[in-house]
Amino acid sequence: VAPFSTESGETIRATLFPGDGIGPEIAESVKQVFNVAGVPIEWEEHYVGTEVDPRTESFLTWESLESVRRNKVGLKGPMATPIGKGHRSLNLTLRKELGLYANVRPCNSLPGYKTRYDDVNLVTIRENTEGEYSGLEHQVVRGVVESLKIITRQASLRVAEYAFHYAKANGRERVSAIHKANIMRKTDGLFLKCCREVAAKYPEIQYEEVIIDNCCMTLVKNPGLFDVLVMPNLYGDIISDLCAGLIGGLGLTPSCNIGEGGICLAEAVHGSAPDIAGKNLANPTALMLSAVMMLRHLQFNDKADRIHNAILQTIAEGKYRTADLGGKASTSEFTNAVCEHI
Amino acid sequence: TYMPRPGDGAPRAVTLIPGDGIGPLVTGAVRQVMEAMHAPVYFETYDVHGDMPTVPPAVIDSIRRNKVCIKGGLATPVGGGVSSLNMQLRKELDLYASLVHCSNLPGLPTRHQGVDIVVIRENTEGEYSGLEHEVVPGVVESLKVITKFCSERIAKYAFEYAYLNNRKKVTAVHKANIMKLADGLFLESCREVASKYPGIQYNEMIVDNCSMQLVSKPEQFDVMVTPNLYGNLVANTAAGIVGGTGIMPGGNVGQDYAVFEQGASAGNVGNENIVEQKKANPVALLLSSAMMLRHLQFPSFADRLETAVKRVVAEGTHRTKDLGGTSTTQEVTDAVIASLD
Ligand SMILES: Nc1ncnc2c1ncn2[C@@H]1O[C@H](COP(=O)(O)OP(=O)(O)OP(=O)(O)O)[C@@H](O)[C@H]1O
Ligand SMILES: Nc1ncnc2c1ncn2[C@@H]1O[C@H](COP(=O)(O)OP(=O)(O)OP(=O)(O)O)[C@@H](O)[C@H]1O
Ligand SMILES: [Mg+2]
Ligand SMILES: [Mg+2]
Repeated sequence: VAPFSTESGETIRATLFPGDGIGPEIAESVKQVFNVAGVPIEWEEHYVGTEVDPRTESFLTWESLESVRRNKVGLKGPMATPIGKGHRSLNLTLRKELGLYANVRPCNSLPGYKTRYDDVNLVTIRENTEGEYSGLEHQVVRGVVESLKIITRQASLRVAEYAFHYAKANGRERVSAIHKANIMRKTDGLFLKCCREVAAKYPEIQYEEVIIDNCCMTLVKNPGLFDVLVMPNLYGDIISDLCAGLIGGLGLTPSCNIGEGGICLAEAVHGSAPDIAGKNLANPTALMLSAVMMLRHLQFNDKADRIHNAILQTIAEGKYRTADLGGKASTSEFTNAVCEHI
Repeated sequence: TYMPRPGDGAPRAVTLIPGDGIGPLVTGAVRQVMEAMHAPVYFETYDVHGDMPTVPPAVIDSIRRNKVCIKGGLATPVGGGVSSLNMQLRKELDLYASLVHCSNLPGLPTRHQGVDIVVIRENTEGEYSGLEHEVVPGVVESLKVITKFCSERIAKYAFEYAYLNNRKKVTAVHKANIMKLADGLFLESCREVASKYPGIQYNEMIVDNCSMQLVSKPEQFDVMVTPNLYGNLVANTAAGIVGGTGIMPGGNVGQDYAVFEQGASAGNVGNENIVEQKKANPVALLLSSAMMLRHLQFPSFADRLETAVKRVVAEGTHRTKDLGGTSTTQEVTDAVIASLD
């Protein structure tokens, strides 16, 4: 997981999946903002196909996946998997083919956008390949089904490694491992054991273990107590959405997937929002902030800061806010306002 | 008017387990308040601690005899070889439903208002099956078991609860988009039961979205029914948004027995500080004992107790640290006794 480094002045190629529904609109916003900020990125745009590519068993083509593997960095809008048999879900294809093992979601209260929680500044890191999402289920006898949760040392170690690496690289002080090892002694026990091993290599980062139910309660009472959280798949799914709720919802939360060989695929947390697609109503903030995460991964920290601040200022001013934040601005009005602030 | 049957006023025996940590403090409060009210109950007290290998048979026998128990938390040793005694009790007595009532208490401002959620959680299977093994070194599996039998009975309990308590909506919480068979079976069971209660609205929500909704629009929820693990998380989240462990009542119930305890984090026994300073909040367990009095069909005792507790919370001068006050358990208890009608 060596950070991607680049000589200044060089143009970086990155893959862009505008995606479905509101995806193309908000991807357009990101492109506009990147242009204004003069980000030296050349996008390779890839669209989801209309036919299944037999090489991927999915509507995503082999070329699309190759593009991400080659560039090692990309931005993805929401993708809705067409319903039907004989193909894999788009998100699953990406995760499996690119080995996206960690999902990183920063959650920060936005200054000036009031929610019930004003002191959130945490990052959730979710193991993304195993656990309760193994897909291994069977019926034992009629009316009795079993579902397998798989925890491996390899996957636990690599997500823990990433969490501590992230904490260190981002000046964070503490990593909390979230678990239910009092009940699932062996599986969550193994996860904790791996976290402890990695923690020992980072004496400068504090390490603690928190039982997930207690974590839920503490998050809603005093989210300021957390810094970086690392956890198995299902807990990550639940906790990261809970945290998104604390700061104002799906329109605001970015995320980034870390894959094998240092791939970074940033994506907004929300879905394709078919109800508002094509109406110039979507909030592009989540995708813009995801793009900012991508820039930080590339160590374009100046550009990242400028865009990030412009987004925060626009929201804090409150003159241009999209409908999900209680405003009246369209996607393009909001985007223009962000560009003004750059 | 409650028209008792002749003999209904005879005192009933209740098994009492003070437990670990703050348990003795808060069960002590219950005992004192019951005494002050001359409530028709008397306690058979048993010393049980989380570090025992099993719940002593005499305790189980006592609950079997009395049918009703009230308890403090039993500490679960983390990482040890023993399993949680709280869980043993639930399994041994087949207390298949856990109920936590998460609602705003009048006069206690929290981040969210208008919350009144009852979380009903399957308590015996799911992720808590205890079936785990190492496949090869470095690879372990844990089995989540969902049965039609347990899913159906918890769904029935949830709808029956809603029906008997004039609740309007039941929300089933699941992750059936990923666990298609396991959570699928749970949902299928809920749907079947729902169809028999046309007067009660039924909806389904994926657990991650549900967590987000709980922290943004908790007013939308009424009764929630869940498999084991999700219920644990949902109940703790819901309890947290309206004030925390120290004030949420609850219990576990099965066909034959009922065990009342703090609703959320029942296994949480507080920290040394609150134990030493004797500052645990007794409100949760007092409200749980009001639930117990209702369960024993002593409705007016239940109402008196609940009214007194709510008065003390609302009035605000006797509150423990978790509610922003400085009172001790005893001071809150005395205030409750003084507020009894
Ligand atoms: N960026 C956004 N801006 C404004 N509203 C949004 C945004 N993203 C999601 N929403 C709203 O949030 C709700 C949930 O949408 P989302 O697309 O995440 O879920 P979904 O319907 O499950 O989509 P999918 O099937 O693609 O996952 C919708 O009402 C949608 O309009
Ligand atoms: N009846 C009770 N009264 C007080 N604390 C309790 C009670 N029951 C459990 N606790 C536990 O005591 C601890 C403090 O309670 P609280 O829920 O306020 O956590 P916290 O917000 O982390 O505490 P603090 O504000 O002291 O940091 C927690 O571990 C809590 O679960
Ligand atoms: Mg999710
Ligand atoms: Mg969605």
